[in-house]
Amino acid sequence: MSPGVFGRGFARLKQALSRTRNSFRRLLDTRDESELEELLLAADVGVAATDRLVDRLRGATDRRAVLEEEVARLLEPGAGPVAAPVEPPRVVMVVGVNGSGKTTTVGKLCRLFREQGQRVLVAAADTYRDAASDQLAVWAARAGVELVASTQGQDAAAVAFDALTRAKSQGFDIALLDTAGRLHTRTDLMAEVAKIRRVCARVKPGAPDDIWLVLDATVGQNGLRQARAFHDELGLTGLVVAKLDGTARGGVMIPVVQELGVPVRYVGTGERLEDIEPFDARAFARALLES
Amino acid sequence: MFDALTDRFVKLQRKLRGYGTLSQQEVGEALREVRTVLLEADVNYKVVGAFIRAVRQRLEEQDITRAVKPAEVIDVALFRELTSLLGGSPAKLELSGNPATVCLVGLQGTGKTTFAGKLAKLYKSRRPLLVACDPKRPAASEQLRRVAETAGAGFVPARDDVVANCLASLDVARRQGNNLVVFDTAGRLHIDNELMAELELIQQQASPEATLLVLDGMVGQDALIQAEQFHERLKLTGACITKLDGDARGGAVVSVRQVTGLPVLFIGTGEKLADIEPFHPDRIASRILGRGDLHSLAEKVSASGNPEQQRATAEKFLKGRFDLEDFLDQLRNIKKMGSLSKLMKMIPGAGQVNVDETEMVRVEAMIQSMTPAERHDPDIIDGSRRRRIAEGSGTSVQDINRLLKEFGQARVMARQLGGITPGRLPRGFRPRRGR
Repeated sequence: MSPGVFGRGFARLKQALSRTRNSFRRLLDTRDESELEELLLAADVGVAATDRLVDRLRGATDRRAVLEEEVARLLEPGAGPVAAPVEPPRVVMVVGVNGSGKTTTVGKLCRLFREQGQRVLVAAADTYRDAASDQLAVWAARAGVELVASTQGQDAAAVAFDALTRAKSQGFDIALLDTAGRLHTRTDLMAEVAKIRRVCARVKPGAPDDIWLVLDATVGQNGLRQARAFHDELGLTGLVVAKLDGTARGGVMIPVVQELGVPVRYVGTGERLEDIEPFDARAFARALLES
Repeated sequence: MFDALTDRFVKLQRKLRGYGTLSQQEVGEALREVRTVLLEADVNYKVVGAFIRAVRQRLEEQDITRAVKPAEVIDVALFRELTSLLGGSPAKLELSGNPATVCLVGLQGTGKTTFAGKLAKLYKSRRPLLVACDPKRPAASEQLRRVAETAGAGFVPARDDVVANCLASLDVARRQGNNLVVFDTAGRLHIDNELMAELELIQQQASPEATLLVLDGMVGQDALIQAEQFHERLKLTGACITKLDGDARGGAVVSVRQVTGLPVLFIGTGEKLADIEPFHPDRIASRILGRGDLHSLAEKVSASGNPEQQRATAEKFLKGRFDLEDFLDQLRNIKKMGSLSKLMKMIPGAGQVNVDETEMVRVEAMIQSMTPAERHDPDIIDGSRRRRIAEGSGTSVQDINRLLKEFGQARVMARQLGGITPGRLPRGFRPRRGR
């Protein structure tokens, strides 16, 4: 399932990373350490990783190979789409702040899982935002998966409960829950998302099997604080990085992976339904530095 | 909003207040501290440099080392310079056309659609018309339709030909008498040529009076790059900064004016449609420095309730005839103004107080579980009624006891206050007459 280094997916990844790549490639041209530091910090790589990278580059001959290797290592812990097999349905809850791209990401995941031959049920557990359920309905139809719709103001946990009950009784392989956007500083809303999680466990012990945070790559450093807050509240099992194509600060996933140990599962590479790639640290590092 | 920034400034001021006089060196240290605070808040380093120079110059002019109350001099200097950094006098959104037209642009997910609703709410008297200009994103048009409904505004659904749709909506507005038209465009990257060309076309054909860039306040310095690039291509009128209720450090808000020359016109401070504020540099500076913002608070209070009713309630209060029904009204008025903790931040010195909003919800539930007779005359609430109310509101009898006790005390106090004739009140406690 790895995208490989030469596939179509790789080209798309490279394309999406073009802005971040510009700043990473500049690392190869300079030997001035304070300039290196500045470049890395500007890409939101974080202080710890910056120190480590600058350290490894010191005296290196093949700078690109060293950098590629180090970036891959920094991103490697647990990376990739593959997770331990679970008793179906696999329950995946998708969370994040407002406007990070959750619903779009969920739509893309629906298509991806369906193409893998899985039976997917997707639930509109965002009962807060106007027309969130309608938006997801369009994605679900395009991806050809079944939807549990909701109405605005409905209890999100109840929607999750219904969806899981149905997924379980009708033999779905995957149940995806699209939750409402919430700022990580809002303790009341964070408590609400914790409740959705508890309700999942009532239908299927141990569920949700996965809780993925959709991280908007353009927010830079704030992403680390978002990830921390969601991780503290929910215990994240993965990250999906969205909007990589819009930013030069795609480095933010490095401190998140390093500090929280939460692996990157997928990256979004564009606006179309098929613009999502399973994450592979090596391919990513290569796409970041290849000319 | 900007809590981290405010905390640091308040601490610094507290420290400075301990000094009788300040030496040259101590002034330098204080300024270095200010510099660190701003840099950590992600304010652009060039902006910080210029700011520190300006403050230093002001302090030298005032001969700070000889000042009797140096902390106050520094405080004033910071306030003045911060205000001018944020743009000086407030930039107003000029709307003169009939209908007036505003075009909202920005990246995906910055909050354009929600902002359209907020603008509609703010300019409700103009009978706004919201125009969906995003035919691509699923349900984007439907989302705006519902936002418009909530805001009580008119709505035009999206069509594939975005530019034609904008033009057609102007006719709709003229026909229906909408005096403000807001184009809610699709989120796009500033590097997306095709979509940027579409915006240029909207500008040429529909010639909106104002093109506003909606920026996500959490983005930090990347926001400046976005702003510069959008501005370069589109000649923006101003910026609106959203999601400031998160832990945005304030870097974007503080630097955007200086770096791009774009004035900030509005800020979004919460999820409700009422959570929008026109941007007043002096008031924001005041809030950042921890001095509160009574202006905005007073405006919110007067906008949230009907003044007649407020006066009637106040009168009842002073006569001790204030009942739980009035209390419930007051609670709801407060809620209409947005979150309580946000309101507290506007009160000087109260910004650090933690407010438990769930307590308000519980009190509301308790009162709602009472009969009208009980609300009017809480004295009739006996043991069995208390049990019923507790059960109905999902609280305990102890909670009901506490509410009734506190309410009873407040009533007694009010009666005492009301019993004193204003002339005998100590100075400062006398109700003001007129303005």
